[in-house]
Amino acid sequence: MITLNVQYFAILREQRGVSQEQLSTAAHTPAALYEELRARYPFTLPGDRVRAAVNETFVDADKVLKDGDQVVFIPPVAGG
Amino acid sequence: MTFRISTTPIEAASLQRALGDERAGACVTFEGWVRNWNEGQPVLSLEYEAYTPLAEKEGERILAEAQQRFALLGAVCVHRVGLLQLGEMAVWVGVTAEHRGAAFEACRYIIDEAKARVPIWKKEHYASGATAWINCATRGGHSDPAAIPPA
Repeated sequence: MITLNVQYFAILREQRGVSQEQLSTAAHTPAALYEELRARYPFTLPGDRVRAAVNETFVDADKVLKDGDQVVFIPPVAGG
Repeated sequence: MTFRISTTPIEAASLQRALGDERAGACVTFEGWVRNWNEGQPVLSLEYEAYTPLAEKEGERILAEAQQRFALLGAVCVHRVGLLQLGEMAVWVGVTAEHRGAAFEACRYIIDEAKARVPIWKKEHYASGATAWINCATRGGHSDPAAIPPA
């Protein structure tokens, strides 16, 4: 198990009900973590519509996560 | 070259003054405003949210790309976050170049890329009382404005 800090924004923040949390998980990639969270919370966006960022950098969904990482899932953006 | 997320109203005049450069023969600016209608629904206000550290990093990357592609002298983009009313400025882009061609193209590039890539989200509040996170709709999902009853 690893411990991660997860931050939520926009639709994911509302659906999760908090803007951040620390959690322990057996998931070792952002893709696996998102599926785990999706099973637990009422997230409507499928994994293929969400990008991942680790420690303030965009990463591939299969990047290996390590203890203490800060993970953010990025819903489809809509600036401008 | 600066990309910034702002929690306070955008001061376009001072941003433009700061781009002043005697080498520049062209300054092109773009303002994005909150409009009263989107996808068939009257809009009352907008809420913008950003993942600020990554938004500013990705935004700076876009400005660097614009500088590589076009003959720019300066480029600035500021995007507002928080609750905005109709007519308020959501985003400002300003670029300077020796000639207008590069300035027009770079300004267009920056706003297009910013809309597509920078982690900023927009929630629309409709006259009906419904709200929706733009681009996040799923079939029958929470973000589909038609699926949300008025609050």
